[in-house]
Amino acid sequence: MSEEKRVPVKKAGKGKYELSEQLKAYKGVWVFVEHERGEVHPVSWELLGEGRKLADTLGVPLSGVVLGAPGLATRRFCEEAFFHGADNCYLMEDAVLNNYRNQPFTKGLTDLVNAYQPEILLLGATTQGRDLAGSVATTLKTGLTADCTELNIDMENRSLAASRPTFGGSLLCTILTLNYRPQMATVRPRVMALPDRDNRRLGSIVEHPLGLIEADIVTKVLEYIPDNRQDKPQLAFADIIVSGGRGMKNPDNFQLIWDLALMLGAEVGASRPVVQAGWVEADRQVGQSGKTVRPKLYIAAGISGAVQHRVGMEGADVIIAINNDPNAPIFDFATYGIVGNAMTILPALTQAFKQRLAMAKMAG
Amino acid sequence: MHIVVCIKQVPDSAQIRVHPVTNTIMRQGVPAIVNPYDLFSLEEALRLKDVHGGRVTVITMGPPQAEAALRKCIAFGADEAILVTDRAFAGADTLATSYALASAITQIGKDQAVDMVFAGKQTIDGDTAQVGPGIAKRMDLQLLTYVSQVDALDLMTRTVRVQRRAEGGVQVLTTKLPCLVTMLEGSNEMRFASMDNMFRAARYQLKVWDRVAAGIDDVGKIGLKGSPTVVSKVFAPQARTQRAEIIDTESGEPRDIALTLLSKLFTQHPKLGEAISKRAT
Ligand SMILES: Cc1cc2nc3c(=O)[nH]c(=O)nc-3n(C[C@H](O)[C@H](O)[C@H](O)COP(=O)(O)OP(=O)(O)OC[C@H]3O[C@@H](n4cnc5c(N)ncnc54)[C@H](O)[C@@H]3O)c2cc1C
Repeated sequence: MSEEKRVPVKKAGKGKYELSEQLKAYKGVWVFVEHERGEVHPVSWELLGEGRKLADTLGVPLSGVVLGAPGLATRRFCEEAFFHGADNCYLMEDAVLNNYRNQPFTKGLTDLVNAYQPEILLLGATTQGRDLAGSVATTLKTGLTADCTELNIDMENRSLAASRPTFGGSLLCTILTLNYRPQMATVRPRVMALPDRDNRRLGSIVEHPLGLIEADIVTKVLEYIPDNRQDKPQLAFADIIVSGGRGMKNPDNFQLIWDLALMLGAEVGASRPVVQAGWVEADRQVGQSGKTVRPKLYIAAGISGAVQHRVGMEGADVIIAINNDPNAPIFDFATYGIVGNAMTILPALTQAFKQRLAMAKMAG
Repeated sequence: MHIVVCIKQVPDSAQIRVHPVTNTIMRQGVPAIVNPYDLFSLEEALRLKDVHGGRVTVITMGPPQAEAALRKCIAFGADEAILVTDRAFAGADTLATSYALASAITQIGKDQAVDMVFAGKQTIDGDTAQVGPGIAKRMDLQLLTYVSQVDALDLMTRTVRVQRRAEGGVQVLTTKLPCLVTMLEGSNEMRFASMDNMFRAARYQLKVWDRVAAGIDDVGKIGLKGSPTVVSKVFAPQARTQRAEIIDTESGEPRDIALTLLSKLFTQHPKLGEAISKRAT
């Protein structure tokens, strides 16, 4: 989608929507398998897990789409896609697809869609997926819903019901793409659970040529500089995260978050106001416009639990919320709540964990 | 050189409050600002103009009030500003928005050819990151998203070299003009408005274009009609499981509260407890 719609909601509710015969031919659920430097982005597997459910509801096959340079890697990616739930894969191999570039990937994916006509196309909301999805949806003149947090099938219309948070509120909205196909959506990494990998699953591969040569492509990749992973917070894959919000009041108090995190060997997260105030770097923002996380334990201090924050962390196994307002929305979905002043609770927690860990150490 | 920068006026989300009882957002009195992501693109455009000369035109599609956002951009140093506004645009999703903006930019190009278009990486209200790629596709411009740095621009050969944020690294890319760039946040810092530009902004007569002036004759491609996506319902998020188990704070002592919490945590979630305990070694 969609800039937010303040204005008339087109009434989708009024009975069934009849698709044209031409659009009825669009069948199947596709997931774009994103890879860089020989590695598939895990969001693609998460999407296959979700895509499997959609495909089963619709009674159609689930397919992976792999674009890349010829070689062993792309075949391996197809195989992995089968292990993660795909029934088949559309494979486009060409030397010009060696690095991600908008032009050849847009042409490739658009051609595949036109040739094999899926009804749903899902991509990760990564820098690659967002770049590609926007271009492909515009080329196909179809609807695209960004950063969905929930995907379902609206059985009445046999259409994808894609939900995402609305602006600035504590509400979500569901978006449909009624008389256009395919229905496209992006989902951010870690929003959906990773499906079980079953290495006995098999599938078939459909190959399709790209039909471009290097001279056709205007943009050239001169170099790729990999990130030094050490200097970046690895929030997305952290087991324990201690997060602070505006309720911490100032950067000095925020140190209490670091103290507890250090004690637990945890990553430090934050709500958006904290990042905007510059207390921590942008990489630590948890939420809709930050990172989505799925730790075993998420400790939130001085965070109200606005929906934009919530969608980034509600996948945590256990959530502990510390907030001095008993009506704070975070208590609606946390596992444990402490109604109290974070400035005194946090040091006490750090101390208590310290003792626990010391005991565990003695017990060996 | 002629650069067009697309901007959007948005409510200042930092000042939005959720009503404590009704849980709805309180928009009243929330000041409107230029979408913060757009400012990184505007600043980059102004820097290119500083070095290479030429002209920067800012454009927005929005309600009449959006003129304030355009004036702000003039104060920062943009040369021209165009407000594309028409009731027929109401309800536009990103596909319809990119169509309207691409048409308007094509109109601008008739006056002086456009070499580069800049757009915000995303907006803080819609948050979709789709309008920039959409405009590029419709105008057949080379697309460079998530640019962290414009390394070099050569107007003779009409090539530009940039660093683009990719997953797990940075791509160094070259491409040909015309192209569309979206800048990564934090990649530069917006300059202060000069006194002269502030005066100019106050007096500046901005151009106001309706649908026809923007070169759009097919109303089926704009506004609600031109939007494939429809909002079917708005709802409150479901409770995760149930409300949080509130740790009894009667005793009041932070230390006791912490110990109560830990014993619950370790007994009710033994696996998590184990994982935490392992960290001791
Ligand atoms: C498009 C969009 C995207 C957004 N993306 C994100 C995002 O990615 N991540 C994000 O976090 N937000 C995001 N937001 C902002 C979000 O709507 C909220 O404004 C934000 O999450 C609130 O942060 P907070 O909980 O830290 O602050 P507040 O809502 O101000 O809450 C502070 C809390 O601290 C509590 N408190 C105060 N003093 C104490 C104390 N002494 N001890 C304990 N508790 C105390 C208060 O009771 C209150 O509940 C986004 C908003 C928009 C519009």
